[in-house]
Amino acid sequence: MDLNLTPEEQQFRDEFRAWLEANVPKDWPEHRNEPLQTRFDYMREWQVKLFEGGWAGLNWPKEYGGRGANLMQQVIFWQEMARADAPPIAGDMGLGMIGPTIIHFGSDEQKKQHLQKILRGDTIWSQGFSEPDAGSDLANLKCEARLEGDHYIVNGQKVWTSFGWVADWCELLVRTDKTVAKHKGLSCLLVDMKSPGVEVRPLKMMNGETEFSEMFFTDVKVPVANLIGGAGNGWNVAIGTLMHERASLCAFFQVVYKRMTDQIIAHSRYIMRNGCMASQDPVMRQKLAQCYAEVELMRWSQARNFSQMMATGVPGPDGSIQKLFWSEYNQRLQQVAQELLGPYGQLGENEPYALDQGMWSREYMRSRGHTIEAGTSEIQRNIIGAYVLGLPKSY
Amino acid sequence: MEFVLDGSQRSLKEDARKFFARNCPIEEVRRLTETADAYDADLWAKMADQGYMGLIFPEECGGLGLSIFELILILEESGRAVLPGPFFSTMIAGAALDACGNDEQKRKYLEPICMGEARSTLAVLEAVPSWKPKDATLAAVDGKLTGEKLFVTDAAVADSIVVVAKDGVYVVEAGAPGLTIVPMLGIDLARKIYAVKFDNTPAEKLASPEGLVRALEIASVAAVGELVGCMQAMLDITVEYAKERKQYGKPIGSFQAVQHQCADSYFETESSRSAAYYAAWALGEKTEDASVASSIAKVYASDAGRTVGNRSIQCHGGIGFTWESDLHLYYRRAKALETMMGDATFHRERIACMVIDKAPAA
Repeated sequence: MDLNLTPEEQQFRDEFRAWLEANVPKDWPEHRNEPLQTRFDYMREWQVKLFEGGWAGLNWPKEYGGRGANLMQQVIFWQEMARADAPPIAGDMGLGMIGPTIIHFGSDEQKKQHLQKILRGDTIWSQGFSEPDAGSDLANLKCEARLEGDHYIVNGQKVWTSFGWVADWCELLVRTDKTVAKHKGLSCLLVDMKSPGVEVRPLKMMNGETEFSEMFFTDVKVPVANLIGGAGNGWNVAIGTLMHERASLCAFFQVVYKRMTDQIIAHSRYIMRNGCMASQDPVMRQKLAQCYAEVELMRWSQARNFSQMMATGVPGPDGSIQKLFWSEYNQRLQQVAQELLGPYGQLGENEPYALDQGMWSREYMRSRGHTIEAGTSEIQRNIIGAYVLGLPKSY
Repeated sequence: MEFVLDGSQRSLKEDARKFFARNCPIEEVRRLTETADAYDADLWAKMADQGYMGLIFPEECGGLGLSIFELILILEESGRAVLPGPFFSTMIAGAALDACGNDEQKRKYLEPICMGEARSTLAVLEAVPSWKPKDATLAAVDGKLTGEKLFVTDAAVADSIVVVAKDGVYVVEAGAPGLTIVPMLGIDLARKIYAVKFDNTPAEKLASPEGLVRALEIASVAAVGELVGCMQAMLDITVEYAKERKQYGKPIGSFQAVQHQCADSYFETESSRSAAYYAAWALGEKTEDASVASSIAKVYASDAGRTVGNRSIQCHGGIGFTWESDLHLYYRRAKALETMMGDATFHRERIACMVIDKAPAA
């Protein structure tokens, strides 16, 4: 029982921290508030830098260009990235999810064709899973692929596709067999987004950003060689991909939210409220202290979860706790920030009167999506109920 | 980094769980709630044989010199069992004696505790109740105390009472002249509380009162440890019930309204456990954030103990609201622990003083 980093972990952290200090671009703050499309090129350059420094795809096996990093090293990676306020990684979906999926399920050809380019960010990948009628109930998806000779013919629609607008390739979950149970008739295809019949439309979020896309497939021809994981095995491939949805990423959010919590505490030390400094207002004091307590506890809870995973080697349903914690905490934090900042909290980006470049109104709006994406809070509670507590499935 | 119990810690915890299940089943808890002091000498002797009394106290005093972390593991299991009697009181008083006493005083008051021969308790609150030592009004005159402490747990069976006074920390022995102990009827039937009145009562002043702050932090985390066990018991009972109880032809645990409440209780129990373990570890290691950590843990677990309790009763429906159901025994223990050593509001304010008031302005 020792919460200190081991000497090896410290060394890893110090090495990465030093590299970040020397290499995080100093002009990132200027680009941060640019629309996603404009700052994406910047993010691509950053990934190349990471790649050349040997820091891309850390958790990939060495034979594929990674470092075979263990969970703690991945956690440290994300903590340090957040601490250094580094730019996001353009091809993060590829590094974190698609790449490991190809490594685990892919053929030698697929590995040879895709992995290096994913690592460097030469090709950007998206994940085509959700559909208008298949969100939480993913197995209900309708996008189908009909086998004709040496091609699949794909027809259907996907929604909430991260980076769909810029993706070169897509990991597409499709229905290849309508005669069996819903989740048994699925397959996974690697689709070249430049194929004829692929149409991408931006999906604007309520905070004004177009991080996501809708994708439409009309008679798109996908070579059989692009099937990954075997026909009818799509569900397992998809779950595998989602599992990789980074147990370690919650560590990133904790550092970001810790920083935001410290920021509002700092603001409370000069903002006036009810005739006194906000940090002296008894109600605000309680709310700020509660935020401080929760974001610290989040770190301890994550550390305990990581340790258990390292010990057992299994992600396990306790990941649901972490997802509930960071997503719901951020919503509470953003509301306290709004109460503290008053009308200033609602000002938009690049508004001269705004604090912190209008970050707070954007974050407040964005936080509403956190309890929906990556598994809704309702689904997380269902997972805990059924898989942790052993209660009968409620649906 | 390794935030998991090692082998010996796991054994300690599992053995404690079995011990309390065997020697303090819920029927025994009920029996003791109906006695005057909720104290059973046999159970005490058995616990002493297990080595629990001196677990964290120095070996020179006959203790085992283990860390606070190990005590929290025992308290988790005693919380799960709603252990009646003065174990918790004795441990926090012992922590105060250990932190504030000199060698002679430890030999006199702490050693009998470690040997299983004495019980003790800590008296903090007064008529105007405050968990802040600075707010105490009771003061000694010529080494004698006159005044009153209220809400003192297990005072009637304590061989010594550690008293937090305005001018230091004192020890009063049982049977001292002018000492009167009067039962107060509190909400936790398994841990009785008392009004302790002093009338020119001789009291020995502990040598190092500056150690009190740390002792109170240990006591706060001890309360968190017990709360975690209490929450776990309520969660387990509720989940079991949700699997068995049928309405509309289905186990009620299959209804999301019930299932999600169980999930929330699981979330809060596990988070409280992380808090207890971290704060205990931090106090033991004397990390820079140990003081804040003790308050963070008490904030979270105080509120969580209440909300887990509320959901547990709710999910049981009518039967959860009965005297006959065991639930209220846990609920009462959790409520008492919620305010013991300061509730969430108190500890949030403590965090505000330690952190917010020291933060730079943006």
